[in-house]
Amino acid sequence: MTTLTLPTNERLEASADPSVLLQKKEQRSMMLLLIPALAVVTLLLVVPMAWLFLQSFYSDGFTLEHYQRIFTESIYWNTFALTFKISFIVTILALLMGYPVAYAITRLPRRWSMLVLAMVIVPFWTSVLVRAYAWLVLLQRSGIVNDSLLGLGLIDNRLSLVHNELGTIIATVHILLPFMVLPLYATMQKIPGDLLMAASSLGANRFMVFWRVFVPLSISGVVAGCTLVFVLCLGFYITPELMGGGRTVMASMLVSRNIQLFSDWGAASAVSVVLLLCVGLIFYVVGKFVPVDKIVGGAK
Amino acid sequence: MKNFDMSKPVFALVVIAILVFLILPVLIVIPMSFSDSRFMSFPPPAYSFRWYEDFFDSLAWMSAAGTSITVAVSTAIIATPLGVSAAYAIHNCDHWSVRYIKMVLLLPLIVPVIIVAAGVFFIYALTGLLATMPGLVLANVMLALPYVITSVIAGLHGFDPAQEMVARSLGMNRLRAFMTVTLPQIKPSVVTGAVFAFIQALDETMVSLFIAGGENQTLTKRMFTALRDEIDPTIAAISTMLTAASFALVLLMILSRNASKTATAH
Repeated sequence: MTTLTLPTNERLEASADPSVLLQKKEQRSMMLLLIPALAVVTLLLVVPMAWLFLQSFYSDGFTLEHYQRIFTESIYWNTFALTFKISFIVTILALLMGYPVAYAITRLPRRWSMLVLAMVIVPFWTSVLVRAYAWLVLLQRSGIVNDSLLGLGLIDNRLSLVHNELGTIIATVHILLPFMVLPLYATMQKIPGDLLMAASSLGANRFMVFWRVFVPLSISGVVAGCTLVFVLCLGFYITPELMGGGRTVMASMLVSRNIQLFSDWGAASAVSVVLLLCVGLIFYVVGKFVPVDKIVGGAK
Repeated sequence: MKNFDMSKPVFALVVIAILVFLILPVLIVIPMSFSDSRFMSFPPPAYSFRWYEDFFDSLAWMSAAGTSITVAVSTAIIATPLGVSAAYAIHNCDHWSVRYIKMVLLLPLIVPVIIVAAGVFFIYALTGLLATMPGLVLANVMLALPYVITSVIAGLHGFDPAQEMVARSLGMNRLRAFMTVTLPQIKPSVVTGAVFAFIQALDETMVSLFIAGGENQTLTKRMFTALRDEIDPTIAAISTMLTAASFALVLLMILSRNASKTATAH
């Protein structure tokens, strides 16, 4: 970089090898192309994040009280515990539901697989608010789900399926399921059919082909999907706010309430930093096995 | 071999049940939106267009829809060139810093959106951009950039850079070579990126909860408030239209992709 900023060096290099100079010059103008995008993200995201970080240690001078509160006050502690619990349950459910669907897409004849894929992608492109509304309709006390369960004689009394943790989990799984299916499908698609054929021709039964060959080869998709779902769920706000009935408080709601109700930036920023550390740590650990941009890029 | 699994009825049933779970909530809003009743009962007791009429008659809803559409169109127009130029640079530059720059540009996807919202709110409170149109557009451009960039990088991976080299060796400068040779060939990925940017901005809720307001109230912010406070079937009408819009755009994108595929195949 420094050689590029000094004209004397440039001239020296030019006399040495014009094509190298041309290439370097081009590289530099390439970097210019990045500036507008980088400026937007830096000003609106990186700078505020740095400010939040500083703010989390500040209250008339340096302090750790905001962090202390997270670890000592039960409301903060419980909220983080609940956030992790819900994210964990949602990830497991999404994996259990996403795996068979992704598997079906890879195994079905093309026409059918396209249809199934479309059924995964259409909800993916539907607004989160639309889906929250739909679940409120479906899960309400006099909704279809309660009606059908009663009609089938599976329950005697109508269940409270919404405005609680259960409603939050159901809607969240629905919103995040495509984020599980798509990376799984991307990975499964690349598993060569020959390998499965080879395994079965060597005497493995279908069960063994699936468990000993197919599943191990799909692990990177499982890791990518689970990471994506878990991390997205950690930061969920809209769904728990609408489906949780005010009782299911997740970490992001602590941030929003501290800012909007109490203008308490210290508390809000400390919660943000802890949330961000969790996300960063997960990406760091998982990134050792699967590149992060693969995880993120594989989704949309 | 190909579909021996589907012959297992249990597996097929499980997959069908999951697909119903996925698609039912999206479809249910359609009949709900034509309901005659104020309540969220299903099936609706009678059908009518009253909630669509309500929506188009309501000044507040219409102005929110106008804001959202303006924001979405502006976001697509601004984020697409920014994203394409960034993706081109990332793809063609082998400087060590590019890997880190790419990470930074993808941050809006990785950082929990509540933190993005809190950060943008803070910056806008300082600069007076709260509840302004430029503020809304700028925030959505930031959120849309990762989608445009990842889509265009994927497009560039499938493009043979030698073609651009040839054009340049024949005397075109780099910009013209890009515009006339590269861009037409990566067009589907650019269109995809632009559509992602548009839908992203149309659906964006979290950040606009913090920064939208006054005359610049977005559709999603109004919907969120309506859903939290008192549910009104107008939401179903809006939902149906929003879903139809996203669906039409995604279909358009797929069609344009297929069209260019057949064009190159010939």
